[in-house]
Amino acid sequence: MTVTDERPHHALEEGFDATIAADQRIEPRDWMPEAYRKTLIRQIAQHAHSEIIGMQPEGNWILRAPSLRRKAILLAKVQDEAGHGMYLYAAAETLGVDREELTEKLIESKQKYSSIFNYPTLTYADIGVIGWLVDGAAICNQVPLCRCSYGPYARAMIRICKEESFHQRQGFELLLAMVNGTDAQREMVQESVNRWWWPSLMMFGPPDDDSPNSAQSMAWGIKRHTNDELRQRFVDMSVPQAAALGVTLPDPDLVWNDERQAHDYGEPDWAEFKAVIAGSGPANAQRIAHRRRAHENGAWVREAAQAFADKQQAADKHAGATA
Amino acid sequence: MNAHHTDVEEHDATNAYQSLSETTDHDDPRWAFGTGIVEEAGAEITSSVPDGVDPGDLAAYCLMLGDDALIYSHRLSEWVSHAPELEEEVALANTALDLLGQARVLLARAGHVEGRDRDEDALAYLRPDAEFRNVGLAELSDDLDFARCIARLLVFSSWRLAVLHRLQGSADPVLAAVAGKGVKEITYHRDYAARWTLRLGDGTAESHRRMQAAIDAVWPYIGELFRTSDEERRLVEAGVAIDPADTREEVDAVLDQVLEKATLTRPERPFIGTIGGRSGRQGVHTEHLGHALAEMQSLARRHPGATW
Amino acid sequence: MSEDFTAEGGHGAVPTEGVETGQGKPARRTWPLYEVFVRGKRGLNHVHVGSLHAADDEMALHNARDVYTRRNEGVSIWVVKADHITASSPAEKDPFFAPAGDKVYRHPTFYAIPEEVPHL
Repeated sequence: MTVTDERPHHALEEGFDATIAADQRIEPRDWMPEAYRKTLIRQIAQHAHSEIIGMQPEGNWILRAPSLRRKAILLAKVQDEAGHGMYLYAAAETLGVDREELTEKLIESKQKYSSIFNYPTLTYADIGVIGWLVDGAAICNQVPLCRCSYGPYARAMIRICKEESFHQRQGFELLLAMVNGTDAQREMVQESVNRWWWPSLMMFGPPDDDSPNSAQSMAWGIKRHTNDELRQRFVDMSVPQAAALGVTLPDPDLVWNDERQAHDYGEPDWAEFKAVIAGSGPANAQRIAHRRRAHENGAWVREAAQAFADKQQAADKHAGATA
Repeated sequence: MNAHHTDVEEHDATNAYQSLSETTDHDDPRWAFGTGIVEEAGAEITSSVPDGVDPGDLAAYCLMLGDDALIYSHRLSEWVSHAPELEEEVALANTALDLLGQARVLLARAGHVEGRDRDEDALAYLRPDAEFRNVGLAELSDDLDFARCIARLLVFSSWRLAVLHRLQGSADPVLAAVAGKGVKEITYHRDYAARWTLRLGDGTAESHRRMQAAIDAVWPYIGELFRTSDEERRLVEAGVAIDPADTREEVDAVLDQVLEKATLTRPERPFIGTIGGRSGRQGVHTEHLGHALAEMQSLARRHPGATW
Repeated sequence: MSEDFTAEGGHGAVPTEGVETGQGKPARRTWPLYEVFVRGKRGLNHVHVGSLHAADDEMALHNARDVYTRRNEGVSIWVVKADHITASSPAEKDPFFAPAGDKVYRHPTFYAIPEEVPHL
């Protein structure tokens, strides 16, 4: 696919700026600043990697799901995540990178994925809590991206957000069933909430004061809200939901602030956040090794399919030539 | 431009994705089965047992077909996050979901017919190994070898398609409904497995070697597929079941055709035998089933009486 | 904290600085990219819904059904290698569509949530 646009550079840049200013979408064959392209590749690739790595902690329970209905739901959910990864890799590919290349960078740890998936799933309640809190936080992050300035990314997000809504509801519904079940189930839910609450808050990134480059992404329409705005929205959403479940969020500083019309909450442990990003999370090594193994074990399959397609094409050509 | 196209069956042209965004009532409790399979065909789990049919036989037969699907689906789910490409992740999960959907209806029907107050979960999670009635082929793990995955799916789907195809005329309305929807699903699974058999068999030297080894490995489990149990024999007479022995010719022909086109050799290997005439259909399994059930049932059994 | 993080990479905070992007040149040859077009029902045009990788045309069709229509019946699919498309100008629009109808657990409304629980 080749397109040449021979307008002078300054005219191209003005066109790009005008499109952004008008809140219109940039499309793959439009001219765009190199820094915009690279920032998008990083963000979309990391988003795609997160979907694919995110299959592991939930996949961990498919074979042990406690009812056939839960088994079907979890299988469908993890399958959705593979689909989301595909949509997102495809969006990244419109920017001139290749999915294989991005996968290589992932398994060589040259690109990151969301640190939340470096935490382990230790009980079935974790499946519910991931749906409720982790997918809930993801929805807070993702809904604004449906209006992101880059067309293919925004469109991928529209479909993904629709499916994420199912993910969050199935999680909450599972927790609801569990808190209305046995004492052991209720304890399992509370213990899981205790483990996941703070990592979920960390999903929004460090406080805004520590995010000096966000401004450029905001100006480009890639980022729509600050980290703290999104975190606040998430906390305010989660509090009444926790009450409906009858679980306690493990933050003694969590309290309604009438003046701000929002909840005050405690400070996440940013040292843990940094450590997990840097590779010291409970499951970092396991997740990457798992992804690497799957990719490498599949190499002979991908090569075989390619070789077969080449043979077929050669045979077709031969048939065409002799016909 | 080399556009390659197909017109997928359009007998239900209104059931298109555009209409999916329109609101439908998904809170209907029947959806708990997750498939709509029985409702679509207008059959109910609680339909009465056809005249002249022994309920014990019918329950056993539903368990046979249901356990095949359940255990196969469980083993296929081992692939999640391990597939060779993302597109295959989606395809394998779809196959596992289809089979799980079939299993749930069949187990629910078995539970209703036997009248011992066991639902699909009681049957899936609380039965001991010897009460499972699936064939050995369903309980094998692929051990994350994609060639094994394809070989096993080729054999299983070719056989199950032949079975379900004949079962569409069953006198039992639930079996007929499961077969009606299942035929469409399994046709798709068989197509997937056959195409991959060609690619791997006639791909690279390595893939050819692996695919041949995989066919060799699953071959001993084929014989059991065509053995007729006593329950089946009695139900055939009542027009409820089909005789699996009758599917042998069709399955053989399909396998021969695919293997030849894939440049693979039909193995000359003996089939696994029975113990005192008994095998999977009578609850006598390979060593593999115990491990699959130990994992599958572990959480449900740890919390007796819990609902999820 | 000097490194910048964005929360908007979907599932949470990831660093945006000091991360490699890529050149479009993978170390290994990969399956070609296909564009997928779907006609949802009679009387409608095929519309572009996305893309996927496949080794051959049949695989592309099969995967397109799995991924983009979840095998919903009544739809017609075209797949075409991305390389074979000649483009005039930007500004394509790619409508997306909802998942298949018979897997109701994919629909948020399948899950009974008490009405008083907000934001779900």
